[in-house]
Amino acid sequence: MKRKRTTRRAEEWILRLYVAGQSARSAAALRNLEAICERHLAGRYRIEVIDLLTHPLLARGDQIVALPTLVRRLPPPVKKIIGDLSNEDRVLVGLDLRRTARRKASA
Amino acid sequence: MAARSDRRRRRPRTKTAARSGQAPRDIAKVPTGIQGLDEITGGGLPMGRPTLVCGGPGCGKTLFGLQFLIDGAQRGEAGVFVSFEETDDDVVKNVRSLGQDLDDLIARKRLAIEYVRVERAEIEETGEYDLEGLFIRIDHALRAIRARRIVLDTIESLFAGLTNVGVLRAELRRLFAWLKARGVTAVITGERGTHTLTRQGLEEYVSDCVIALDHRVSDQISTRRMRIVKYRGSNHGTNEYPFLIDQRGISVLPITSLQLVHTAGKARVSTGLPWLDDMFGGKGYFRASSVLLSGGAGTAKTSLAAHFLDAACLRGERALCFQFEESPAQYVRNMRSIGLNLERWIKKDLLRIHAARPTLYGLEFHLATMHRDVDEMDPSIVVVDPLSAFTGGSFGEINNMVMRLIDFLKGRDITALFTHLIPGSSATRDMEVGVSSLMDTWVLLRNAPPGEYGGRRLSILKSRGMAHSADVRPFELTDNGAVAQDADGGIRAWRRLS
Repeated sequence: MKRKRTTRRAEEWILRLYVAGQSARSAAALRNLEAICERHLAGRYRIEVIDLLTHPLLARGDQIVALPTLVRRLPPPVKKIIGDLSNEDRVLVGLDLRRTARRKASA
Repeated sequence: MAARSDRRRRRPRTKTAARSGQAPRDIAKVPTGIQGLDEITGGGLPMGRPTLVCGGPGCGKTLFGLQFLIDGAQRGEAGVFVSFEETDDDVVKNVRSLGQDLDDLIARKRLAIEYVRVERAEIEETGEYDLEGLFIRIDHALRAIRARRIVLDTIESLFAGLTNVGVLRAELRRLFAWLKARGVTAVITGERGTHTLTRQGLEEYVSDCVIALDHRVSDQISTRRMRIVKYRGSNHGTNEYPFLIDQRGISVLPITSLQLVHTAGKARVSTGLPWLDDMFGGKGYFRASSVLLSGGAGTAKTSLAAHFLDAACLRGERALCFQFEESPAQYVRNMRSIGLNLERWIKKDLLRIHAARPTLYGLEFHLATMHRDVDEMDPSIVVVDPLSAFTGGSFGEINNMVMRLIDFLKGRDITALFTHLIPGSSATRDMEVGVSSLMDTWVLLRNAPPGEYGGRRLSILKSRGMAHSADVRPFELTDNGAVAQDADGGIRAWRRLS
């Protein structure tokens, strides 16, 4: 377990946020995501924002139905979180980050 | 109809346009390609509107949708199949069993399959969301092939994948309105709920046309039924219509109009036996009438029916025989013993013998296959031998089936001959045959009572609208067919037509 965590720490997180246009909800989701990443993944994350209005075909690959959807591309396995990401705890659970976050807080 | 559905009706995508679409006016319809359904609905599904198709598992909803799209594709109207349950590959594979090559239609941009999967386990929900992603995908799929038809199968799967029911309901309502505003004809399938037509009550949102499919098993025989629950702005048949699914897809039995509107011509058709024609004023049965040959076991019902078939083929007409007791080979062999060579007609495809055990399927299925065979062959006469083989249903059901069959055949100007076995022989009193009132002509066959001169007896109990003999005519089966005898027993020199 321990070794796994250390390797994961070295990995880069690739997060893909699917939105539709410049809606308030899209903007809120991106804002929330950036804040969470800065707090928990500083320096080792990358966010790709995909606007499905301009790239509708990309919705198929990640099976996007609801918007906004956040997809954790890396590290595997793929995880999905839908909604405006306003509940940080739920986002951390969804990203499998909660345990890491607690350890950090206690350290 | 193809020309009409080809016409592109682009409605501006505004809310007012969607609303004006509901204004009462003559409803344009889109044919479904499902045999019989278009007749029940007077042309098909409401054009540019959503139709809900609901029913239990395995009742044929997906097939319904696919057939609708394949039909459209063949008419040059492209369609999108949005599958929430099966992958693209599975859909293509399943339809292959119906002899349809979806890959070809997809390559020609007549059809597109969009597989939408929502896996609860993979998804965390936080905060507000909508289903815009689904809208974008559908929109893109529709545009890519300029689709005019769409099937959503089964959209209720979303409720298993997403938890926010409030959002889902609002979004589905928006989706259906959006499809309507775009003017695409949609089929939305839904799983039957315990107290509602669909689990999530989709019938509240899709109110233009609702079709319920049902699959029942009684006495180990399954029957599928279809009912138009509602069809806004259109007349439609309200009964439950049996339908069947076979290698050619769904077909509904549209034998609906139990109206007595058949035209009654004066044309006659030979019975195949000159002496029997004589008994009917020298001309035989009325064309497009229904004839019942009833009698006990071994009274030559099948043989007389075979004469009728043989004579039709001899005139170069097409004849169809439904045999429920013998295999075609056995039947042909047996008829050879009375000098009838039916095989030559089969070889020329003037005669088809469709043999099946009556207990193999339910009544409805039999009726449906008969219906389909008649459609396919377009015969001028049909023989059902024997009608009494159908014991599966109640008296009322059999009666109903025969009535619909007769109506159907009359509507096609087909002369129908039914044989019917009366239990026990020479029992004239208990031959209360329920179906006899449906028949225009009723011929009774008997074996001679013990002690009397041997042979068989034929009498005409009734023959509507024509003078007929009141004799009890003795006859015998010989190597040259059924031959009438004089009252004194001498064989008259009647010969078979040949």
